[in-house]
Amino acid sequence: MSAFLEIRNLCVTLKGGAPILRNVSLSVSAGQVHGLVGESGAGKSMIGKAVLGTLPRALAVTRGEIWLDGVDLQTLRPAERRRRIGASAALIPQDPLTALNPARRIGPQITRRLVDILGWSRAGAEARALELLAEVQIPDPARVMRSYPHELSGGMRQRILIAAAFAAEPKLIIADEPTTALDVTVQKQILRLIADMQARHGTALLFVTHDLGVVSKVCDTLSVLYAGKVVEEAQMRRFFMHPIHPYSAALLAATPSYKDPDGSLTPVPQSVIDQVEREVTDHDRRAGL
Amino acid sequence: MYQVRDLRLSFPDMTRKPLFGAAPRIEILRGLSFDVPKGAVLGIVGGSGSGKSTLGRAMLRLLEPTAGSITFNGRDITHLEEDDLRPMRAQMQMIFQDPMSSLNPRRQVGGIIAGPLRVQGHQGIPAKVTEALDMVGLPRSFANRYPHELSGGQRQRVGIARAIALRPGFILADEIVSGLDVSSQAQVLNLLQELVRELGLTLAFISHDMSVIRRLCDQIIVLYQGQIVEQAQTADLFAAPQAEYTRTLLDAIPLPDPDQVWV
Repeated sequence: MSAFLEIRNLCVTLKGGAPILRNVSLSVSAGQVHGLVGESGAGKSMIGKAVLGTLPRALAVTRGEIWLDGVDLQTLRPAERRRRIGASAALIPQDPLTALNPARRIGPQITRRLVDILGWSRAGAEARALELLAEVQIPDPARVMRSYPHELSGGMRQRILIAAAFAAEPKLIIADEPTTALDVTVQKQILRLIADMQARHGTALLFVTHDLGVVSKVCDTLSVLYAGKVVEEAQMRRFFMHPIHPYSAALLAATPSYKDPDGSLTPVPQSVIDQVEREVTDHDRRAGL
Repeated sequence: MYQVRDLRLSFPDMTRKPLFGAAPRIEILRGLSFDVPKGAVLGIVGGSGSGKSTLGRAMLRLLEPTAGSITFNGRDITHLEEDDLRPMRAQMQMIFQDPMSSLNPRRQVGGIIAGPLRVQGHQGIPAKVTEALDMVGLPRSFANRYPHELSGGQRQRVGIARAIALRPGFILADEIVSGLDVSSQAQVLNLLQELVRELGLTLAFISHDMSVIRRLCDQIIVLYQGQIVEQAQTADLFAAPQAEYTRTLLDAIPLPDPDQVWV
């Protein structure tokens, strides 16, 4: 099966020079979950933003191709590109409180995409929203539609954003650290919900996280990033059994697990950091940066 | 070092205050009793809203309990006035969750670390600042840097340096690694463990992360809705969790292991 999202040699730079993403390539097919992992500043969120066309103003795609459903987005005019992205991709953001407008009721925030972008009727969109809220296991959807975000718990708000993301049946969803702000017990419910929804709708899912524990629960494949460069791309199981790149192995060793009490936590050793830094410099020299 | 007995703390719930009359009180801590022996590393775990941060703040008397008692080094501090508390504060310090908001962005690292020393009227402050930097493994030149020039892990080291500069007997660490990447998290935890050993610190470590707690603490209390649902030695708790909630908490943790049964 050909991939729904295919990124080839994507380079994003800070206007004025500094590279943010360095020749990133990856692909996600329908029904597949691909994880993007790395430490803060590695550029994992920037990949999602580049796909959705929501990069900060100071950044620009300088090279590479982003193929979405067989079309290279970079070759389209901005309006056509936005239309295509809006029709086939959606985001589940990290912080449900800042992603929802505090001054508007929940209902219109879910139906907006359907009405404004896809031209649904208001009644049709509302029926669909109620259906979705029920699907993400929100009790009393009709009441929640009339609520304001502050009246709901963090877990509830995240469920609403999941419902909103799936509203227009997107073929690709980008989840950017969707459970980082949540409690472990709530995180478990939300991850299960995302995985269920993804499987049921056959969505391609790009899952950004810094938590390798989470990766091992939801992803089929993953890319490990360091300084905007993919240092390893792997099948999930293979990655945890035999990480190939020393940086991947070091990240795994630094991840605490309550199951092994005596296993000491090893920070990523300087030698490994030196090695990836060298690889990044080599890459930049070859790319003429 | 600490004896906490039937500690209760409630706040007026202003969202439900009638136009006239008192607001109903919302109970955050509902009768907690435990001891922290000298030299212990106590883990305080619980979900969000369980009252773990409120408990920490009550122990340091940043909040005044509504009922019950807190004894610190043999002295009842439950309702002490600020003037009487101040000299005791040299013995109880805190490391905060978010170093970016707990370090003054307009002061250099040296000045930040010197702050508590100055309040407590210490002599020879520059030497003590240097010593604190050495102990947390930061270069001495960092005294002249600003917080925004440092990485997250380095900033958290500054927070630790400020807390240990007074050589307190007790430190409260409230979720101090939850904002850090795994590799800086490992470094900060290793540092904290070293300091506990070298300085003979007593430490209360608040966290929602059971993996981190297991690494660092020798005893644990589990909070749920303002009550202690389980109190045990670390090894015992992980070998055989007694409370239903503790088991739920443990089962919810996604381990970096594809074979973990997690349903």
